[in-house]
Amino acid sequence: MNTFRAQGTIHLPSLEISNVSKAYGAIPVLEGISLAMEAREFIAFLGPSGSGKSTLLRIIAGLETLDEGEVRLDGERIDGLPPGRRGVAMVFQHYALYPHMSVRENMAFGLRNAGVPKAEIETRIAEAARVLEIESQLDKKPGQMSGGQRQRVAIGRAIVKQPKLFLLDEPLSNLDAALRMRTRIEIAQLRSRIDAAFIMVTHDQAEAMTLADRIVVMNDRRIQQIGAPMEIYARPANTFVARFVGSPAMTLAPATLVDGAGGYGRVRLGCGAEVDTRVARAGLPKGETLQLGLRPEMVAVAAPGAGTADGEVVLLERLGERTLVYARLSDGQEITAEDKGDSRLKVGETVGLRIDGAAAHLFGPDGAGHHAEAAQ
Amino acid sequence: MTSARDWRGLLFVAPFLSLYSLILIFPLFRGMWLSLNQVDLFGDGHFVGAGNYVRLAGDPVFATSLVNTFEVTLMIVPVLTILALLLALALNNAGKGAALLRGIFFSSAVLSVTIVTLVWRFVLAPDSGLLGELWKSLGWEPLAFLSAPGLVLPAIAVTTIWWSVGLPMLLFLAGLQQIPGDMYEAAALDDASRWTTFWRITLPSLRRTLVLVVMLQTAAQLQLFGQSQLLTAGGPSGASRTAVLFLFETAFGRWELGYASAAAEILFLIILAVTFLQYWSTTRATEGGDGR
Repeated sequence: MNTFRAQGTIHLPSLEISNVSKAYGAIPVLEGISLAMEAREFIAFLGPSGSGKSTLLRIIAGLETLDEGEVRLDGERIDGLPPGRRGVAMVFQHYALYPHMSVRENMAFGLRNAGVPKAEIETRIAEAARVLEIESQLDKKPGQMSGGQRQRVAIGRAIVKQPKLFLLDEPLSNLDAALRMRTRIEIAQLRSRIDAAFIMVTHDQAEAMTLADRIVVMNDRRIQQIGAPMEIYARPANTFVARFVGSPAMTLAPATLVDGAGGYGRVRLGCGAEVDTRVARAGLPKGETLQLGLRPEMVAVAAPGAGTADGEVVLLERLGERTLVYARLSDGQEITAEDKGDSRLKVGETVGLRIDGAAAHLFGPDGAGHHAEAAQ
Repeated sequence: MTSARDWRGLLFVAPFLSLYSLILIFPLFRGMWLSLNQVDLFGDGHFVGAGNYVRLAGDPVFATSLVNTFEVTLMIVPVLTILALLLALALNNAGKGAALLRGIFFSSAVLSVTIVTLVWRFVLAPDSGLLGELWKSLGWEPLAFLSAPGLVLPAIAVTTIWWSVGLPMLLFLAGLQQIPGDMYEAAALDDASRWTTFWRITLPSLRRTLVLVVMLQTAAQLQLFGQSQLLTAGGPSGASRTAVLFLFETAFGRWELGYASAAAEILFLIILAVTFLQYWSTTRATEGGDGR
């Protein structure tokens, strides 16, 4: 997986985090975090509040110290350096622009501190302003600008430093929905023009899926899974990743392994229905309760009795092009199915649910994911 | 809008308005009127026009008191402002020690001027005071802070700074709390030294507080009175007589109420002019800074 530059030289991993741990007093916030980034890679730290993703970003930036482990950037160890000497630039969640300085001064401040010559500062600011289309705003103060414009200034302030690594802390969370979509596209375009690596912290899986080359899913102080967006979606490492990524969340139904033909696992649900999966039987723990993982698109609606099992419709969500059907099986297990946009179902009705076992996931008692072979 | 509704609206502000007129507006105009009359405690006096003002212009005691007032204000305000800012910077953290020290530094502000001057008399008295003993132990001649003409205003300034540092410190602390923490993080990522961070981030963010403190303190110190009256009674030979002490002596020592009112009007105009000048120069400076 080494990335080759145009010259053909092997490039070092841009950022390397090894075995980083951090605690606030007696409360651990990060445990044994290791991660290596490729050159020019875009990585998203995805996780719920309190998962440690922001702390990890702040450790890379130098705004927090680490208790154990190492952080290296382009081979150089940076975890002991002050934030301004690490070769990283950060875009803050609330922008953190200096309110009494003009846009130009905001961008020049870091460069002046670094002793960049005046002419060079002017050139870099002009270039960044051109790329971000804020040339006419350079003499304004942040207070005179809209949220979207401030966001651009915050990005501009990072660009002019020409860092090896950009750190983006929830960069889109302060924007309204329309602007968020536009800025997401702009960040993607920006990224293609800039020779640096990006790390973005987010709790929004759509942002992570659309922008990142790889997603680092975090929960409970640890990395749960590292992988490309579709890999995370198609082969979740455990039940947390399975439930956290994908909207609406994957259905997890308790199931027991039963005898069946072939080398694939056949499971029986609580309601008695049996599902043939394409998960290799050999790797599955025997005699234990498993969990069958079903994304909504794997469960179709049929006439009562015609599906794998029957269920009662509890809630319908009409999204236009499709309808999400939340149903309850005879043993009380809730399951999410998908129907066409103009579905005629009504709440309270009994429907047949046709489960497509070929794409289903199985999770062991330890939560570890086992996936259909076809998806490999 | 009918006129009846207008009247009902006025009724709501009437209690405040009548009290305000009675205790502020009326005395203000009464004072102006008094300053145009020759009045003593008995009788209504008689109108003298600008007579009191002409007399003030030629009164060397009044002139000296004004000079003293300016001198002591210039000694107090810059030092007080910088000291309050330094204390606020030093104590702007969440620790228990800092909270205790904040309380200690503020505590002098709650004392009455009588107690403050009493405390400082013990410090400043040449024969038995704290500083006198210190000087003697070093083998020096004790300095007569309260009776040497060159030392008395600095002594009053030090007393006043000790007394008044609490409130400006609190104002600066409140200003510091308003600065968002991520601005300092941004500055750290911009590789700003502590010195640069102070000059380019902290101080500009405190600009409004700074202007407020300087304006409040200037207006307050131009009216300095109690310290001078209680420590030295304006002595030696008028070296520490401030403008307010002058008008106090004129009004309640010599009972020349009209003359004292004229002095008060002049002091009022001076304070008004200085305050406006400060306001004007600070707002103009910001506008000039925008274009950079």
